[in-house]
Amino acid sequence: MSESATPQNFDLEVNGISYPISADQGKNLLSVIREDVGLTGTKEGCDDCECGACMVLLDGQPVNSCSYLAVQAQGRTVTTIEGVMQGEEMHALQRNLLDEGGVQCGFCTPGMIMSAHALLDRNSNPTPEDVKIGLSGNLCRCTGYAKILAAVEKTAAE
Amino acid sequence: MSFTIAATVEEAVEAMANGARPIAGGTDLVVGARHGKSALPDDLVAIDRLAELAEIGPGPGGHRVGALVTHAQLMIDPFIVENYTALADAAALVGSPSTRNVGTLGGNVMNASPAMDTGAPLLVFGATARVAGPGGERTVPLDELWTGPGTTSAAANELLIALNLPMPSDRCGSAYVRLEYRRAMEIAVVGAAAGVTLAEDGTVASASVALSAVAPTIVAVAGTDALNGLALADAAATAAELASDQASPISDLRASDSYRRHCVGVMAKRAVDAACRRAAGESISVPVNRALGIGAA
Repeated sequence: MSESATPQNFDLEVNGISYPISADQGKNLLSVIREDVGLTGTKEGCDDCECGACMVLLDGQPVNSCSYLAVQAQGRTVTTIEGVMQGEEMHALQRNLLDEGGVQCGFCTPGMIMSAHALLDRNSNPTPEDVKIGLSGNLCRCTGYAKILAAVEKTAAE
Repeated sequence: MSFTIAATVEEAVEAMANGARPIAGGTDLVVGARHGKSALPDDLVAIDRLAELAEIGPGPGGHRVGALVTHAQLMIDPFIVENYTALADAAALVGSPSTRNVGTLGGNVMNASPAMDTGAPLLVFGATARVAGPGGERTVPLDELWTGPGTTSAAANELLIALNLPMPSDRCGSAYVRLEYRRAMEIAVVGAAAGVTLAEDGTVASASVALSAVAPTIVAVAGTDALNGLALADAAATAAELASDQASPISDLRASDSYRRHCVGVMAKRAVDAACRRAAGESISVPVNRALGIGAA
């Protein structure tokens, strides 16, 4: 990568707000969200497109933000975990994850919620297999997944 | 360094003539750069907004799948699922939902991994690649496009714009099956696609089989005429022998060469079995790996 990199200037819409960004073209969406936009709910896990901790929605679809160029997200809508809260009120997925014991260390939780959110947006009545496939890009090292799956199924049933 | 967003295929081709590399979902390019496999190119042209390359529709001699059609589209598109089922089987196994949302068929083809999932189905269907360059467009058979691991015969200034798929015949069916150690974010340990047309008596009238991850490129199995006239079980067993005989796998951290050679025969057998059953009208949901419990438990 050239040391005389000129930054790219573009607007990035995150959770309905447009942010002016000036960033190297190789900078990933995750780093721009955390460092330039200043929203730190989205986590860096493996930084290798494996774990899903960095999951955000791009035009409503889950995307690993660690491995997506921020400059490619201009003109699209980005939704992060901060955009899932409804004012001061938790989203049903958040509430059910707490109620079901689906949160332990919590590091995977924002990514899990984003994947589950996208799943329920396109399929309001998922089978247990649908839920597993919907969350198949998200790793959790604490819970053993059962309580997370239960929370998503409970949310769908509400 | 430069980054441009192409609004037309011509703009993309022009940027590539000036040295830019195309980027769509970035699931190979960006992940590879972050791995340190190869640095992100200095000059990039984003092609992900070229809507005309994201369509599935009629094409010359059959059907045309645009290079920007995503795996998520392919796995649920009713037309693909009905007529080119093995391609849907393969697309449904790629990565995770997020990989499938941004990862494109064109990217999978041009990344030219010998372990790519969509390649064996495309080869079985006799697909050809349509590429655009400064001098116009040309059509390239896939066995001439893939030249080795990660390499193609396309020039640096040529952009893949579509895959053309010949019309499916009556009483045909197809399937793609792979060996995997886990059910998501996995790469084929080995894989096999089969396309079968049945005669009226239910025996095989014609068959084609192609293999993933057992050679420097995706390879077609030679001598599949030997399946003609056979009933399902014998056809599947014959395909297994041909596949294992013709494989030239490597050993790496995921499998030894001998294990790959054995298992690609098993995959070919299962692919022919599922393709025959689909050709006979049986409904086996996409992907076959899940429907039949193949793969990790």
